[in-house]
Amino acid sequence: MYENRDGIMIGLEVHVQLNRLKTKVFCGCTTDYHNDPPNSHVCPVCLGLPGALPVINKKAVEAAIKVGLALNCRVEEHTQFYRKNYYYPDLPKGFQITQYDFPISSGGYIIIEGEDGEHRVGITRAHMEEDPGRLVHEGTIDKSKYTLIDYNRSGMALLEIVSDPDMRSPKEARRYLDKLRNIVEYLDIFDGDLEGALRVDANISIMGGQRAEIKNISSHKGAEKALLFEIVRQKNVIRRGGIVVQETRHFDEAREITLSMRSKEEAHDYRYFPEPDLVPLKISGWAPAIKATLPELPDARRMRFVEEYGITDDHARALTSELKLAIFYEDVAEKADPRTAAVWVCDVLKGELNYRDMTIEAFKKEHMLSIIELLVSKKITEDGAVEIIRALLDKGGSPEEIVKEKSLLKVEGDIVSIAAAEAIKENPGAVADYNSGKEKALNSLVGAVMKKTKGRADARTAREILLGKLR
Amino acid sequence: MITKKDLEHIGWLARLELSDDEKEKYTPKLNSVLDYFNELDEVDTEGVEPTYHVLQLYNVFRDDEPGIGSITQEEALSNAPKKQDEFFKAPRMM
Repeated sequence: MYENRDGIMIGLEVHVQLNRLKTKVFCGCTTDYHNDPPNSHVCPVCLGLPGALPVINKKAVEAAIKVGLALNCRVEEHTQFYRKNYYYPDLPKGFQITQYDFPISSGGYIIIEGEDGEHRVGITRAHMEEDPGRLVHEGTIDKSKYTLIDYNRSGMALLEIVSDPDMRSPKEARRYLDKLRNIVEYLDIFDGDLEGALRVDANISIMGGQRAEIKNISSHKGAEKALLFEIVRQKNVIRRGGIVVQETRHFDEAREITLSMRSKEEAHDYRYFPEPDLVPLKISGWAPAIKATLPELPDARRMRFVEEYGITDDHARALTSELKLAIFYEDVAEKADPRTAAVWVCDVLKGELNYRDMTIEAFKKEHMLSIIELLVSKKITEDGAVEIIRALLDKGGSPEEIVKEKSLLKVEGDIVSIAAAEAIKENPGAVADYNSGKEKALNSLVGAVMKKTKGRADARTAREILLGKLR
Repeated sequence: MITKKDLEHIGWLARLELSDDEKEKYTPKLNSVLDYFNELDEVDTEGVEPTYHVLQLYNVFRDDEPGIGSITQEEALSNAPKKQDEFFKAPRMM
C-alpha cells in the first residue's frame, strides 16, 4: 500500500483538441491553420460577429463519444450547451460555448501505473467546448502593455476531460497524462505533435486543505514540476501557521514556480445559461455503433503483444505507450523474430532516440529489419548494431553503407579460429589454469582473441571455438 | 433583493461604468424585474419536464466539410478598432 503521508490530492482538467477533424466545432473554418498567417482561417462565427449562428460539427460529436467510451464513461441521454460568460480578449463574443450540467459523457475511469502498482483514476466527466483564440504577449505576461490576438484557433473543438482528485503524487499525475494522451492518440482523433494540442490545468490540495488551481501548464513534465513546486509551497504555508487559500495560480515554466493570478474581487462569476443558438442533443443511441468501431486501445494491445509475440510485459508496455512506436514495432515483428525486434526497438533504439530527443519517425523500419538480419545472420556483433543505429540517427545513410564505412562486418569463423589457436599458444599459463579446473581462465583467452580481431569477433563464438580447441 | 453593491458587481462583470445617479436609478429597476420573475415561482411545475430549449428540436448538425463561410484576413481585421501587423490588438488583461 502506498502511504500518502502529506494527504496529497491531485485532479486534472485536460483540454484535448480534436484536431483531426477537418473543420472547427461550430463553423466551417479549416483546422489546418498551423503553418498559416494569424487570423487567416476565421469567419463571422469564430470571430463572434453579431448575428452569426453556430452549427455543431457532427464528426466532433462522434469523436467526443469515442473518447467518452474509451474512458469507460457513460454517454448521456440528454446533452446540451451553455454560455460561460467572461470578458477576455481570447473570446471575442464575451462568452465561451461549453457544457455545464449536461456533459456529453461522465462517470468513467482509467487505470494508470500508480505508486503501488495499478491505480484507478476516476473520470468525472468529459465535455465539449470551443477553443479560445491564441494570445501573444509582447514580453512576459505580467509586463506587457497589450495583447495581440490570433483567432485561427478560436472555435477549434475541445474536449475537456476532468478527473476525480485521485492522484496522490506528481508522478502519478504525469503517468495519468501519459496514459490519457496515449488513449486519445490511439482513437485517431488527436495529433499530439501540433502546437497546443493538449493543455492541462491541475488542482492540488494537501492535508485536507483548500485547493489551488494551476493554469498554463504546457507539457507533462511541466505538470509534474508545477505540482512539485506547489506541494512545497503549500507545506511551507502550513508550517508557518498559515492557511492555504483557494485560488488560481499561473505556472511560470522558465522559473518553475507558480504565481497567484487573480485577486478576490475577480472571483469567478460565469453566469452560465443555456446556449439559445444550439438545440440540445440526444445522441446516446449512437454509442453502441461507435463502440463497435473503437480501435484496439493501449492496454488491449499490450496484452496482445505479450500473447502474440511472446515478449515480456515490460517490453509490451513500453512499446504500446506511443501509438507510432507500437505500429513501428509491429511492422518489424511481422518480418523478423519478434523477441529480437522487441529488444532492439525497445531497449536500444528507444533509448538512443530519447537521448537525442527524437521520435520514432526519425528511424526507418527497413533499416531496423536490415540490422536485425545482419545480427541474426551473425554478420555483425551487437556492439556493431548499436554503432549502426547511432550513426543512422546522427548522420543518416543506410546500415549497409555504415557497415562498410566503419568495417563492422564480423570477422569470419576461420579468422577467429586462427586467433584462438594463437591465443592458446601464447598463453600457456591460462590454458594450464583452465585445464586444472579454473573456468575463469577462459575469459582471459577470450579477451586475447578479441584483442587480436580488434573487437570484431563475436565473444560467444570465440568462446565456443576456444572450448572446442581446449577439449 | 438587489442591493447597490450587487448592481456594482453586475456592472463590473459587464464592464459597464455606472455613475452614482445611474446606480440610484437602476437598483430599483432591476428589483422590479426580479419581482416580476418571482411571479413565475407561484406556478405549480410539479412533474413538468424542464424546458431546455424553446424549440422542440434536437440533433441539428453540420457535416465536417471545410470552406463554407470563411473570410480573408483583410476582411477579418477590417472592423478591428486596433490592430498590429496581422493581429487584433487589445489592452493587457490579467
